[in-house]
This record gives sequence, C-alpha cells and structure tokens, in this order.
Amino acid sequence: MNLDLLMFGIYPYIASVIFFLGSALRYDREQYTWKAQSSQMLSNKYFRFASVFFHVGIIMIFAGHFAGLVMPYELWELLGISLAQKQMIALGVGGFFGVICFIGLTMLVWRRLFNPRVRASSSLMDTLILLLIYWQLILGIITIFVSTGHMDGHVMKDLMSWSRYLLTFHPDKAVAYMSDIHWIYKAHVFWGVTLFVLFPFSRLVHIWSVPVKYIGRKQQIVRSRHPSKR
Amino acid sequence: MKVRAQIGMVLNLDKCIGCHTCSITCKNVWTSREGVEYAWFNNVETKPGVGFPKEWENQEKWNGGWERTKKGKLRLKMGGKLRILANIFANPDLPEIDDYYEPFDFDYQHLHTAGDSQHQPVARPRSLISGKRMEKIEWGPNWEEILGTEFEKRKKDVNFNEVIQKDIYGQFEKTFMMYLPRLCEHCLNPACVAACPSGAIYKREEDGIVLIDQDKCRGWRMCVSGCPYKKIYYNWKTGKSEKCTFCYPRIEAGLPTTCSETCVGRIRYLGVLLYDADKIQAAANTPNEKDLYQAQIDLFLDPFDPEVIAAAKKEGIADNWLKAAQRSPVYMMAMEWKVALPLHPEYRTLPMVWYVPPLSPIQSAVEAGHVGMNGEIPDLKSLRIPLRYLANLLTAGDEAPVERALERMIAMRAYKRAQQVDGVEDFEVLKQVGLTPNQVEEMYRYMALADFEDRFVIPTSAQAYAQNAYDLKGECGFTFGSGCGGGDSDLNLFGGDKKGVRKVIPVVMKD
Repeated sequence: MNLDLLMFGIYPYIASVIFFLGSALRYDREQYTWKAQSSQMLSNKYFRFASVFFHVGIIMIFAGHFAGLVMPYELWELLGISLAQKQMIALGVGGFFGVICFIGLTMLVWRRLFNPRVRASSSLMDTLILLLIYWQLILGIITIFVSTGHMDGHVMKDLMSWSRYLLTFHPDKAVAYMSDIHWIYKAHVFWGVTLFVLFPFSRLVHIWSVPVKYIGRKQQIVRSRHPSKR
Repeated sequence: MKVRAQIGMVLNLDKCIGCHTCSITCKNVWTSREGVEYAWFNNVETKPGVGFPKEWENQEKWNGGWERTKKGKLRLKMGGKLRILANIFANPDLPEIDDYYEPFDFDYQHLHTAGDSQHQPVARPRSLISGKRMEKIEWGPNWEEILGTEFEKRKKDVNFNEVIQKDIYGQFEKTFMMYLPRLCEHCLNPACVAACPSGAIYKREEDGIVLIDQDKCRGWRMCVSGCPYKKIYYNWKTGKSEKCTFCYPRIEAGLPTTCSETCVGRIRYLGVLLYDADKIQAAANTPNEKDLYQAQIDLFLDPFDPEVIAAAKKEGIADNWLKAAQRSPVYMMAMEWKVALPLHPEYRTLPMVWYVPPLSPIQSAVEAGHVGMNGEIPDLKSLRIPLRYLANLLTAGDEAPVERALERMIAMRAYKRAQQVDGVEDFEVLKQVGLTPNQVEEMYRYMALADFEDRFVIPTSAQAYAQNAYDLKGECGFTFGSGCGGGDSDLNLFGGDKKGVRKVIPVVMKD
C-alpha cells in the first residue's frame, strides 16, 4: 500500500470517525470535562491581546479553509472569480490572519510554557494541543511562500479536488491529486487531519459549544425539581 | 400574582463577633479542594476596608450587577448580550487570582524532618498553584482583619462615598469597625444567571437557591464578573465556576446551612419568604436607586393574607411551606420590625441575604455620654459609625431606614432595661419608634434570646414532594457532574481528574 493512500485516503476517514464519535461520546459521558479551561484568572497580563488575536485569527483561517476546500470551485466560477484570483484572495486573507494568529499564539505558547502558574495548571494535552496548533500554523504560513512560485492556482485546484473526492467517498481519485504536490502541503494536510484526531480528547471541544443560543434566551432561568408536579 | 417561595437569610451584624467560624466550617465542607483553595463561599470582612476580592464593591472597576440605561431598560452593567459574547475570548472585567490572593500552604513537614542546625527551623509558605516558594505573602482572604493594613488603603472602601471628612476616620480616636460576613445573596434577579452564556446557572423554583449546573458550565467565566458581590469563583483546576450552594442538601432536609448552624454568635436566621415573581423585573428597574429597598419590600407577600395563601396553593406551594412562612424569622425582621436591610440594593439584583445594622459601637458611645438625646433615645446622627456609611452599605444611601432600624433596636434595649432593672414599663420609648409592647417582646425573643428553633424555620422538601419521590429513585446525590457513572476508572481519555484526590505538592528541601 502506498503511503499517500494511507495518509490522504484512509487516515482522514479514521480521523473523522474519531472526531465525531469521540466528541459525541465525551459529550454524552463526560459533561463535567467539557469546557474551555481558561487560565485567564491565573495570569491576565497581555492575555486579552494575545487571546483575541489568536482566536480572531484562527476563526478566520478556519472559515477560509472551509471556503477554499469545501465550497465547490464551480461556485467560485459562478461568482466570476478565476482560480488565479482565488489564490490571490487566499494568500492575502490567509496571510493577514495567519500573521494575526501567529502573534497571538506565540504569546500564548510563551505564556503556557514559561508562566509558572499557567504551566503548573496545564495538563499534558493542554500543552500538546497548543504546540500542535502552533506547528500547524507555522507550516501553513510557509505554504504561502511556496505558493508564490505558482500563482495560476493549479495546486489549489488539486487540493480542492482532493477534499471534494474525499467528501464524496472516492478516496482513490482523491489521493491521485495529492501525488505530485510540494511536501509542505502534504505535511500541512497531515497535521491538520491529526488535529481532528486529538480534538475530542483536548480542550478544543469547547468549539462545539459556541454559545449562540445565549442571544435568544431569556435573561433569567428558573428550574423546577419536579416539572411534573402540576 | 405568581407566588413563589424562597428561603432567605438575615444576619444580625449587631451580634457578629468576627470569629470566622462560619467561613471555616463552610470551607471545610465545600471548598477544601484543589482549584478552589482561594474561594470562600462564606467570608467575613472587617469594614471599612476594600474587602475580598479587593474593591469588590467598586462597580466602576468590576462592572458587576445591573444598571438602568438612559432609555429606562434594565441591562447588565458589563454590557448587553452581544458585548458579553464579543468578550468571550478574554473577559476584561475578570479579577485575577491576585485580586483574591494567591493560595498558599506552609512546609510544615520541614519542622518534623529538619536536622540539627544553628537556627530554629521554620515552615515557609509555598504557592498552591505553581508549587513555588513564596518569599512574601502579599494578600490573604482576610488581610484587613480588625483594621489590618493602613487607612490609606482601606479608605478606598466605596461605602465612604459622601461621608463627610472621611479622613478623620483614619485617626485612632475616631476609628470604627464592624464585621460583614458575606455569602451568595441568592438574588431574585441574579446577574450571574443573566450573564452565563451557557445557561448553566439557574434559580430553583421551589426554594430560590441559585446553583451552577456543573455539567452545563463551559467555563466562559462571565458570571464571575456579572455578580456584583463577587461570590462566584472560577475553579482554575476544573475550569468551571462554583458558588455557594446555600447547603441545599441540608436545606432540603430541613437543616440550616453550615454557616448558620455553626454560628457561635447565633446571628443568622433562616426562613421562608413568599414573593410575587411577576413583579421582579419592574422592582429591579425602579428608577431611583434609593427606592429599591422599598420596591423589594413590596415584592414580599403577607403569609397570613387569605388571597396570598390561595394563590400560593395554586402554584403548588405545600402547606408546611406556608406554615413556615407564617413563623419565618426573616419575614419578621425584614417586614414587621423592619430591622433587616438588603446588602447594596443599588446593584438591582434584589438580594435575599439581609443584614441587621450594627448597634453596639453606637450604644457604647451613648453610655459614655458623648451624644445628645433625641427624645427618649440618643441622637444617632452624631454616633461612631457614620449613618451614611451604613446607608451606603444597606440602603443605597437612604439613611431613614437605617435610622429606623437602629432606633428600634435601641428602644428595645431601653424598654427591656427599664422593665428588668428598674421594674417599669417605658411605653414612651416604644411610642417614639412605633412599636407595640408585644412586638418588642417578640423582637427580644428572636434577636436577644435567639433560640435555635426560632432562628431556623426550614420546611423540608421531602415532605412537600413525597408523592413524587418515586421519580427520584436511583438518582445521584451530590456529584461533581458526569452523573453517577463517570470518573470512577483510573484511566480517563477525556482528561478528567480523579475526583476527591488532593494533590499535595511534594516539598523538596535544599541546603
């Protein structure tokens, strides 16, 4: 079996199963561990700047990856945006938020490793997941420089095709698009998929719990121990 | 009218001796765990002082509680829902642990194991968060005990606002102090509930206790800022917020809370209050801050009124609760004698732990002949604790209710003294404060004698809901979430700590 098929054809499916099943199981069985695990109160210095930069950056990057990889390229054509133009947008927007995220994340990594209070209260997974995101972000930023060597967008189309065929369950066709791209993209994809594997076991689960319902709910909540009493 | 019942509390500050028994028993029961070493669900502060956490009363700094907007709407002081969500990555109004204090312990074991040396071994402090040596302890849960720290720092106490010449209270001859035991207020209009993005905090319908659902809490930590009393604590270990539970497992069984039961000064009272839930929002939104005390009093319902009783029964409130409401010491002190007052009603949360203002320093000044008389009783305006200070603490600055409460307590003493010592019934003094001899005898029984059965009138919930007990079969008792099942195996893929195990930081001694 060739390595590409294993890494880009099979591994993503295994990762998805772990991601969804793991999240569901944890949500069902271990609600008490489902949290954001903020350490803001232990050390607040520069925290606001760092955390906001990191979160805004990474949310925009995530949205960018969604638009780039999951939205079909026909949709972009329909909007009158060519591949080359799309790559320009991706590099510009991705680069900008990549830098924003990098600044914030660098500060947060520093804080996690060298602030005695934060370090002492970190679990192994807390540190591991942060370093992995940092590593993945750095790989992603490097791809920007590699991409400037081919501005026609064909590599991006290869990657879009890969994700399209994966999502439509044609791993054999998907892997074919990954065969002759630069190793930096391969590394970025591999570690990106790995993030999904670790997701259910880390504090990242708080992403599932974005409190959108808060906007619509009543100010006060009253619970009755015996709702059936009347 | 929508009648609801709540167990309220009154603390008679006149009798508080500041022994901290309430804090210690509470600590031992609830927060003697990793992650909440710094948390005191009940603490006792010496006033005047900045308190715990530092300057908790200064809402210009912490943005706790509610405010009335210019358009007349009631809104959290920390902002509307969108602003709260916008700050979810980093809460700008969150106290740091140093605003409480860095929790510490001492290397006691060193005293046992130290070898021969020229000097006596000492137990040095160590941080309970980082495990590192602390060279100097900068602040603690009760740093201002009995006027500790210099007046320059303590005078930041916002209750000094509009107290004329506050600096003179820094002089030794003019200084004054009082104790203020504090716990969660279990408010009628809780700001923490409204601030919680996850909807994890709720008020219990049957007894009004405000709790945090540990399973639903996601640790967004907005409740910590939302609560103006700073009585929600973020557990830095579990990543969830925790708060005073009003010892609900005890209350349900008809027992007083731990802090109340163990109070050696017998200053605490627990009893049922009936209130009209339909009027809460309007009362909290009263335009003038000084009317908030009256607005809250108007929410409480007379437990003897047949209409109220009928409406309460319609809501499913059990007979033993109504009976308890009729002999509730909290109702008597807050409503009949009007000697108990809410803590900082200007936060608009409608707090349900009330306070009888302290009298003793005033009385001793009277006896020393420092003050003039106002009819039968001394003129309170020239006394040791400025009325204005108490009013800022208890009635949003309105001095009249504080004055009435203090005068009634003095009148009770004068009447009982005349009766017991001189053998005369001094009705004049009662007339001046608008009390009947019967009322004063009751006040004397409840506030001076303060028997256990009179202080704590708590109906059990077991009796009230016995017909539904079948639904409860197999339920968990008190747990730390994840139901009865989770957390028993040694290995946990999801990173939950094994419960009930306190990790002691090993002490390494070096020469």
